[in-house]
Amino acid sequence: MSVLVYTENWDGKFKKATFELVSYAAKVAEMIGSTVSAVSIGKVDETELGKLGNYGADKILKVESENLKSLDNQVYTDILAQAAVAEGAQVIIISHNNTGKAVASRLSVRLKAAVGAGLIKLPVSTEPFTVCKKVFSGKAFANVVLKTDVKVLTLTQNSFELVETENKASVESFAAEVGEPKTVVKDVQKQTGKILLTDAEIVVSGGRGMKSSDNWGVIEELAGVLEAATACSRPVSDEGWRPHEEHTGQTGKIIAPNLYIAAGISGAIQHMAGISSSKCIVAINTDSDAPVFEYADYGIVGDALKVLPALTNAVKEAKNK
Amino acid sequence: MKILVCLGNVPDTTTKVKFGDGKALDKTGVQWIINPWDELALTRAMELKEDAGNPVNSVTVITVGGKDAEPTMRKALAIGADDAIRVDAEPVDAFSVAAQIAEAVKDKNFDIILSGIESSDYNGSMMGGMLAEFLEIPSVSAVSGLELKGSEVELTRDIDGGKEQVTVSAPFVAVVQKGIAKEPRIAAMRGIMMARKKPLNVVPVTPVEPLADYVSFELPQPKPPCKMVDAENVVSLVELLQNEAKVL
Repeated sequence: MSVLVYTENWDGKFKKATFELVSYAAKVAEMIGSTVSAVSIGKVDETELGKLGNYGADKILKVESENLKSLDNQVYTDILAQAAVAEGAQVIIISHNNTGKAVASRLSVRLKAAVGAGLIKLPVSTEPFTVCKKVFSGKAFANVVLKTDVKVLTLTQNSFELVETENKASVESFAAEVGEPKTVVKDVQKQTGKILLTDAEIVVSGGRGMKSSDNWGVIEELAGVLEAATACSRPVSDEGWRPHEEHTGQTGKIIAPNLYIAAGISGAIQHMAGISSSKCIVAINTDSDAPVFEYADYGIVGDALKVLPALTNAVKEAKNK
Repeated sequence: MKILVCLGNVPDTTTKVKFGDGKALDKTGVQWIINPWDELALTRAMELKEDAGNPVNSVTVITVGGKDAEPTMRKALAIGADDAIRVDAEPVDAFSVAAQIAEAVKDKNFDIILSGIESSDYNGSMMGGMLAEFLEIPSVSAVSGLELKGSEVELTRDIDGGKEQVTVSAPFVAVVQKGIAKEPRIAAMRGIMMARKKPLNVVPVTPVEPLADYVSFELPQPKPPCKMVDAENVVSLVELLQNEAKVL
């Protein structure tokens, strides 16, 4: 019996999100009185694998093969299903990111395991196994009973704290049958040197109130001093002021940073649906009646083009103290 | 080449959701729409069909839902789909919906199946992948581009911090997201007239036991009012973020 956690890597490295996931798995294992087996797919060195033990993985299974250089949903599902059976997994924990959604869905059907998708906290109870999840794009919560013996849970990034423990993990090779991938990667484009929106703990976001793409310097400067990612509202990406990758909102990226600064964003319900899981929201808008202030924790009524540079200076000063 | 687009029938995004007894959505006064991501999928399917260079013969839409889902299906037909299928069952969880769709289409030889990455009601992001697994065909997720080059299909999928161009042989499921089409297409009057004559086939349910049970719903706790800070005094905002919210 075990809790199985799929620890994805990026060019052989784990991220903070990976360790959040393992910390979460360790807590779930504690709730059901079980141990944590982590599965790593693709080439990751022993030192990096060992780090999973710092967050509560008892056993680390690595699967390496030439066929595993890029994601093939079926091949990855096969491997996780084999590991789940071998480890007698009762709960399988996967990130609610693109890869996670792709494999968790297939795994659910393969193992006839109910899915609790996009969770932001620990299960509410284990008898019956009940999870609480956001529904209607954050307008409500649902309690969902997962009725099967094996359950799949997908966890939203940045929604669980890291918990370090004594490292007693062992690393083993897991001899999975690895099929031939059917998804063939022809080309890859990667952004480099930027903090990814989905990884960022702080996000500075601009809306139509920024008036023009020429004014984005003040957003980037504040993001620079806060080590934050930059984002934007839908009209901004539709206008082509900023790339589509930066659009946060219902149909764009859905994120849960610790701090979200919304500058010149009115707060349409579609935008707020993408960012309402943020732990703290700051709104800067010239219109004191803008709906964004209904969602924000802190607000400033004023012109973002003037407030942001002042805020950048204030943060710099605070950091120098 | 035959394209299938899976459509969810969901409450309009601006709906104030209510749960009469806390057990199920109160449907009174709710406006129903095509799930926004599925609408983008349908738009892309229509673009592919209309490009004369592409060998696309038909675009079919499918949903799992009661008779009250039919206006949404008619809307899809008005946008341009050739025919529609409604599996006559209440959608309970993603697993049972995917199982119902798989059963309804498994012998119909669709080459490309499109499904939106998420539904705006239960936000699970599971249906498309589940359908592919039921049909035992490949799936590609987070697809923001789909081009046909003869019989070759080239997909763009988003990965953390970038994009990949991938190919896969039909039949397959593409789970699509923003970028797959620019703007959702709106039905024109001619389309609405024509939609009335297009086939909307109702297929009976295959019994499938849902794996998950939505037992209760809650509305979020009201948020404390926003603390306003003077625009001339951003230093105090930084202090609040450091000492009160503890996020800096």
